[in-house]
Amino acid sequence: MDFLQPATWEEALEAKAAHRDAVPIAGGTDVMVGINFGRLRPSLLLDLTRVPELQQWADDDGAVRLGAGVPYARVISELGDRLPGLAMAARTIGSPQIRNRGTVGGNLATASPAGDAHPALLAADAEVEVASTRGTRRIPVTEFYRGVKRSALADDELIAAVRIVPPRGPQQYSKIGTRNAMVIAVAAFGLALHPDRRAVGTGIGSAAPTPRRAPAAEEYLAGELDGLWDSRAELPAATATRFGELVAEASAPIDDVRGTARYRVHALSVMARRALTWAWADYRKGDPTCA
Amino acid sequence: MRLSCTVNGTPQQVDDVWEGESLLYVLRERMGLPGSKNACEQGECGSCTVYLDGLPVCACLVAAGQAQGREVGTVEGLTPAGAAPGELHPVQQAFLEAGAVQCGFCTPGLLVATDDLVHRSLAEGRKPADAEIREALAGNLCRCTGYEKILDAVRLAADRMAADPTAEAAR
Ligand SMILES: Cc1cc2nc3c(=O)[nH]c(=O)nc-3n(C[C@H](O)[C@H](O)[C@H](O)COP(=O)(O)OP(=O)(O)OC[C@H]3O[C@@H](n4cnc5c(N)ncnc54)[C@H](O)[C@@H]3O)c2cc1C
Ligand code: FES
Ligand code: FES
Repeated sequence: MDFLQPATWEEALEAKAAHRDAVPIAGGTDVMVGINFGRLRPSLLLDLTRVPELQQWADDDGAVRLGAGVPYARVISELGDRLPGLAMAARTIGSPQIRNRGTVGGNLATASPAGDAHPALLAADAEVEVASTRGTRRIPVTEFYRGVKRSALADDELIAAVRIVPPRGPQQYSKIGTRNAMVIAVAAFGLALHPDRRAVGTGIGSAAPTPRRAPAAEEYLAGELDGLWDSRAELPAATATRFGELVAEASAPIDDVRGTARYRVHALSVMARRALTWAWADYRKGDPTCA
Repeated sequence: MRLSCTVNGTPQQVDDVWEGESLLYVLRERMGLPGSKNACEQGECGSCTVYLDGLPVCACLVAAGQAQGREVGTVEGLTPAGAAPGELHPVQQAFLEAGAVQCGFCTPGLLVATDDLVHRSLAEGRKPADAEIREALAGNLCRCTGYEKILDAVRLAADRMAADPTAEAAR
C-alpha cells in the first residue's frame, strides 16, 4: 500500500488522475473501519487532511461553500446558525470523537442510504462541487446519489465542497435509532421550509436504496401553505398528518437488522408530521433558524 | 514508511510503519504506549480515545500517516512530567475514588474524554452539567460500571480542577 499526502488541491487532483484506484481518506471514520477489518486494501491511500482548501468554509455568491473536509464538530460550532438543518443532522452523528474527524465530504462519497448529512442536504437543495484535472462541475445533490453506496463521482474526481444557500425559513432534522448517540439511522427525515420561494424541501434517509426527496409531499404542502405564508396562521392538524403520509409513501424501505420496512414507513410518517409541526411553530414565531 | 510526531510532548519517530496501520497500533505496538486500549477497532467504544492536535479522537480510526507532524496526547501523558511516582492526574484520582474503575478497559479512553470535557467547561468558567457529561461521554462504552460511578467521578474531577486550575492536561 502507498500513502500520499498532497499539500495542495492541485496535487490532490493530479494524484487522483494518475491513480484512479486510490482511496481518498479524510476523517477515516469509514475508510479505517474497512481497513481494520480487512475489507478494504487499497493500493494507495490519498490523505486529504493536509489540503487547506478542503478544511475551510466561506460565503460564496449567496451560498455557504463548505469544504469537503470540514469535520462535523465545526459544522455544528461554526455554522449552526447559517446551516441549521445540516448542523442538526451533524449533532446526531456518532460521538464527539467521530464528529471531531468525520466530514460531509466523506459522508457524500460513501453515499450510504443511512448517511445523516443526506436528508439535510436534499431538503436544502444543496449542490455538490466535484473536481478533477479535467475541471470542476456542480451536481445538484438530488442527482448525486446513484444507488446503494454509489454516487455520481467519477473515478478521477474528488469532492471539493458542498454549496448550500442559508435558509430564509426554518429547518428540522429527525432521526430514529436505538439510542440517542452512536446509531445508524433506522429512518431519518430532513425538512426545509422556503418562505422566500414559497417552496418546501424534504429528504428521506435509511428508507430507500438512496437518500431521496418526497416530491409529492413537497408539492402538496407548498399548495396548502399558499395562503398561510403571509398570515402565519395555524397549520391544520390534518395537513401535517397528510404531509406525513405522503412522505412515507415516497419511501421504499427494506427489512433489515435495524428495522422492518413497515416500521420505517410508520416512523417516517410520524417524523415528517412532527418536523413540520415544529418547523411551522418556528415560522409563526418568526424565528428564521430554529437551530 | 517512517512516521514522526509528538507524543505527550516528546518527539517520536518510528520506521517500517505499514501504510494502512492505525495510530492506535503505532502507539501500542511500536511506541510502547499500551495505555490506549483496542477493543473494537471501529470507533464504537472509545477505549482508544487520544488527543490529536488537542481534539479527542478514536486512535483506531486515524491512519498512522495522518498523524505525521501532529501532536498526540495519550492517557500516559495525563500526569504532568516530573510528577512524583504514583501521583495521579485529578481525573485519574477522581475515577479511583469514585469507584468508576472495574475491569479498567474503558478507563483510559474515559479519562481522556473527561479531561477534555472538564477543560472545555472550565475554560468557559463553569462546570459541566449532567447532560453535557452524558453527551461528551456518549462515545465511550463501559460494560462494567453502569456509568453512575463514572458520572460521579466526572463531577468530582470537575470540582477539584475548578478548585485547582493548575492541573495539567495531556494536550
Ligand atoms: C462509530 C461510528 C459512528 C458513525 N455514526 C454515523 C452516524 O451517526 N451517521 C452517519 O451518517 N455516519 C456515521 N458514521 C459513518 C462516518 O462517520 C460518516 O460517513 C462520515 O461522514 C465519513 O466521513 P470521513 O471524513 O470520516 O470519511 P472517510 O472515512 O475518510 O472517507 C469515506 C469515503 O469518502 C471518500 N472520500 C472522503 N473525502 C473525499 C473527497 N473529498 N472526495 C472524494 N472522496 C472522498 C473516501 O475515499 C471513502 O470512500 C459513523 C462511523 C463510525 C465509525
Ligand atoms: S478501539 Fe477505537 S473506538 Fe473502540
Ligand atoms: S470498567 Fe470494565 S468496561 Fe468499564
